[in-house]
Amino acid sequence: MNSFQLKGLKATRAGFGEGVVEAGRRNNDVVVIGADITSSVGLDGFAREFPDRFFSMGIAEQNGMGVAAGLALEGKIPVFSTYAVFSAFRAADQLRISVCYNNLHVIIGGAHAGISVGPDGATHQALEDLAYVRALPNITVLSPCDASQAFKATLSALLEIAGPVYIRFGRENVPDFTTYDLEFIPGKAQVFRPGKDVTIIATGHLVWPSIEASELLAKQGISARVINLHTIKPIDEETIIRAAAETGCILTAEEHQIHGGMGSAVAEVIVRDHVVPMEMIGINDTFGESGQPDELMKKFGLTAENIAQKTTQLLKRKKITNS
Amino acid sequence: MNTSIEQLRLTAKSIRIWVVKSLAAAGSGHLGGSLGMADVLTMLYFKVLRHDPKNPFWSCRDRFILSIGHVAPVLYSTLAHAGYFPLEELLTLRKLGSRLQGHPGKEYGLPGLELSAGSLGQGLSVSVGLSLGFKLDKLDNKVYCLLGDGELQEGSVWEAAMAAGHYHLDHLVAIVDRNGVQIDGPTEKVMRLEPLRQKWEAFGWEVTECDGNNLEELSLAFEKIGQESSKPKVLIARTIMGKGVSAIEGDYHWHGKAPSQAQTEEFINEILSK
Repeated sequence: MNSFQLKGLKATRAGFGEGVVEAGRRNNDVVVIGADITSSVGLDGFAREFPDRFFSMGIAEQNGMGVAAGLALEGKIPVFSTYAVFSAFRAADQLRISVCYNNLHVIIGGAHAGISVGPDGATHQALEDLAYVRALPNITVLSPCDASQAFKATLSALLEIAGPVYIRFGRENVPDFTTYDLEFIPGKAQVFRPGKDVTIIATGHLVWPSIEASELLAKQGISARVINLHTIKPIDEETIIRAAAETGCILTAEEHQIHGGMGSAVAEVIVRDHVVPMEMIGINDTFGESGQPDELMKKFGLTAENIAQKTTQLLKRKKITNS
Repeated sequence: MNTSIEQLRLTAKSIRIWVVKSLAAAGSGHLGGSLGMADVLTMLYFKVLRHDPKNPFWSCRDRFILSIGHVAPVLYSTLAHAGYFPLEELLTLRKLGSRLQGHPGKEYGLPGLELSAGSLGQGLSVSVGLSLGFKLDKLDNKVYCLLGDGELQEGSVWEAAMAAGHYHLDHLVAIVDRNGVQIDGPTEKVMRLEPLRQKWEAFGWEVTECDGNNLEELSLAFEKIGQESSKPKVLIARTIMGKGVSAIEGDYHWHGKAPSQAQTEEFINEILSK
């Protein structure tokens, strides 16, 4: 059974918003804290359907995060979502102490993540959030690959996972391709394509281009395994180590800085348990800029072609290492 | 609870003595602010708060949120005196494996502790969240949040103050430890806070002021605060840092210091003699 089939284009933020509404219908304790950009982060649906459980806090993210912690102390299931540049950074200390040190079940939305935010430019393109958030104890970090998965991940974050959860999602309409039946199990990576020559581990928006890259590589006779790492923390060590052992090299792909991101998280596993040649696709130590999302993905080397090309380079290294 | 002022005075005295003892045993910690807050904490835990030390998770309890985590020693001493855990445990303050962390840490399981805190400017936001939650559930639990005056320089405090006023959180009580000093010196020199009453009023709060080291005045102030009104309440408690030990009273050098062995004896004797 295939785990994916292209259904159309949809933004992951829409999947997140629908997930919060659905969780709100199933559980009366779900509450949402607004930070002025409610519709932009996909939470207007909840605010309309459950006005009594929606609290507008204005442009005050530090307070919003603390208020979420207080609501969680009282047994509520608060969702605090704003642009990832604010939820991970403006309120970074509140996230660390009030939420994570207290180990409270707060769901933090990291919206507008990645370079694909587009014309708004560098200030609003979160490219470092994973590096900070995944370093915090107690937190679960999710990075769903499409809108359908964002919906399931959000439901899981609110109603199944304990403690703080950070969910990263994007603004742009992107391929919506995971099937209705595909289960979301936090911490369990998904193998979307089998392969024996190389493994591409991708997260978020770069999972679909990685599948496309594997098709380009297949034409060159290269069998690339594609793994969707939708949970950055806790990381699925077993699937990563098996991929390293069975395919002998790993490429990671993410819409985030290479420094400290998902690729670094994978490397932390590889260096300890099964060292193989590795390459990372991501933003290379620079801020983003204005432009159309597709232009930016090209400029910063995050397309299927870039992934395929980097994979062939990696395979050369693998051969040298093995010879 | 019908507790006489004289009984409260004795309790506050013992709470101070154990603050000194625990800091001496730890060899570090914040003595000045802890002593200055002994009367407010005594009043809260022995007269004002609805709580049950035998049942720390009682859902009907009022919540006390310590935003200034560095005065943890006086909270610990008060909780122990109220019966949440044995007094002797106070001597484990700041030691490896202790439930009495340098700044409050809930994961160590200290009974009566509501929040891990210590990074300034966060407690009032958490208290706003708690109050909103109680209001949503139509519960009458009150939330008391202790802030330092220097802490008011953190912008996030005013974000929280704005939200509390906006949502008419009438069961939220902030207490400001107005001792006028912080690590770099007098608050008005480091970063001016006055006019403080007007600032809170402008954010929609009902303001009460009193001598925070005078149990009679504190008792009257909390009675007034207990009366219904649609606004959140703030008590600006004018205190003296180090209150009870004349050698350190008002001296900001004692913000973050522990007494030596000789000083410990001297300080305890002075507290006992008053």
